[in-house]
Amino acid sequence: MISAISFGIGILLLALALWTVVVRDTFAAVAGFIPYGLLLTLAWLVLRAVDVALTEAAIGAGLTGALLINAASRLHVTEAAARAETPGLALRLAAGAASAAVTVVIAVCLLHLPEPAPTLAPDVARHIASTGVGNPITAVLLSFRAIDTLLEAIALLFGVVGVWSLAADRNWGGRPGFAQIVNPNDILVYLARVLPPIGVVIGIYIFWVGADHPGGKFQGATVIAAMWLLVMMSGLREAPAVSQRWLRVVLILGPALFIVLGLLGAFMAGAFLAYPDGWAKPWIVVIEAALLPSLAVTLVLLLVGPPLRPEVHT
Amino acid sequence: MNVFQLFGLTAAVLVGLGLYGLIVNPQPLRKVLAFNLTGNGVFLICAVIAHRGAAAGMSGDPVPQALLITAIVVSFAASALAVGLMLRRFEETGTNSLSAGSDAGSGQARANVESR
Repeated sequence: MISAISFGIGILLLALALWTVVVRDTFAAVAGFIPYGLLLTLAWLVLRAVDVALTEAAIGAGLTGALLINAASRLHVTEAAARAETPGLALRLAAGAASAAVTVVIAVCLLHLPEPAPTLAPDVARHIASTGVGNPITAVLLSFRAIDTLLEAIALLFGVVGVWSLAADRNWGGRPGFAQIVNPNDILVYLARVLPPIGVVIGIYIFWVGADHPGGKFQGATVIAAMWLLVMMSGLREAPAVSQRWLRVVLILGPALFIVLGLLGAFMAGAFLAYPDGWAKPWIVVIEAALLPSLAVTLVLLLVGPPLRPEVHT
Repeated sequence: MNVFQLFGLTAAVLVGLGLYGLIVNPQPLRKVLAFNLTGNGVFLICAVIAHRGAAAGMSGDPVPQALLITAIVVSFAASALAVGLMLRRFEETGTNSLSAGSDAGSGQARANVESR
């Protein structure tokens, strides 16, 4: 049976999605996207994917929302010109028909999924003891499909390289974002002084508890990243210059250690990214602990964008 | 109607809405937003499939759930790169239009390319 809450979530999700597509003002569209992300978090909870819900709340709604709001406010001046380019009725109808056709095909496929549902859960349950962790998702991410996680960490690193390469020559090596000028008595400054110690502890807790319960390095790293962003936005600390050596070391620490331990596995356990017998848990903890700061820094750097101000040497 | 069908249909409509927005909205930022909707639709399909695979005392198949976490993080990185490209182009040319007819923009852009 289906509960009224699930039904409400589905309807509201679609209403907000429609809003973000059809509303005229881009800022209003982005403002609709954030509650939409939070509703999607509820949908993951209804579908019993608690780890995914944590990731969606932190990254899907939180960081993506912040990224798009910043972009919408900076691109606001282009809004009027863009409205003149809205395609005519014929193209809109054709696009509507094509989208409706895609929707119908997907809907029909999803209503005729194979029975019984294919699943890898029994395989995971059979082998999870060999990894030493209790959370099956952490076991998949760091052991059974560790190669996916490694490639993801590298893809994020390439994302940062891509964003940095958008810097103008004169700003290369400088600081991302514009200088923030905030009244020191502002409530934002107060929060930026009070919240980070609590947030960092929560972030590390979410990371640590991820071994056996919902949580993990992505969610923990996002909380820590949010705390750093809060400090930057309040003007207490500036974004770091991208030429800083410590920043680059932290960025590559996680993926580099992941690759080194993976290669070590090739010699000690006979396969790349295989863990020696009985050592799986410490191996996983070391990789996750190295990935946590790398991911936090990567997420912050992706959000703040390319350097916009040359570094002032004093 | 069960929860799989409900969220399956929601996901299908999300993909369609995103596709429509991607085609019809002229602004690149709106296209990124719409593409995120399509992506969320695909993620939701993945979550429905994961939940259907609940077995062995687990609330869902952990393999697609783990893939979903990876996907959400990577889609943020892709959005950040797209927004970065957009803002840089705006900074350089003063336009954010994708149409070939935006003369001021493309003229200036050409001048910028030549000056390098």
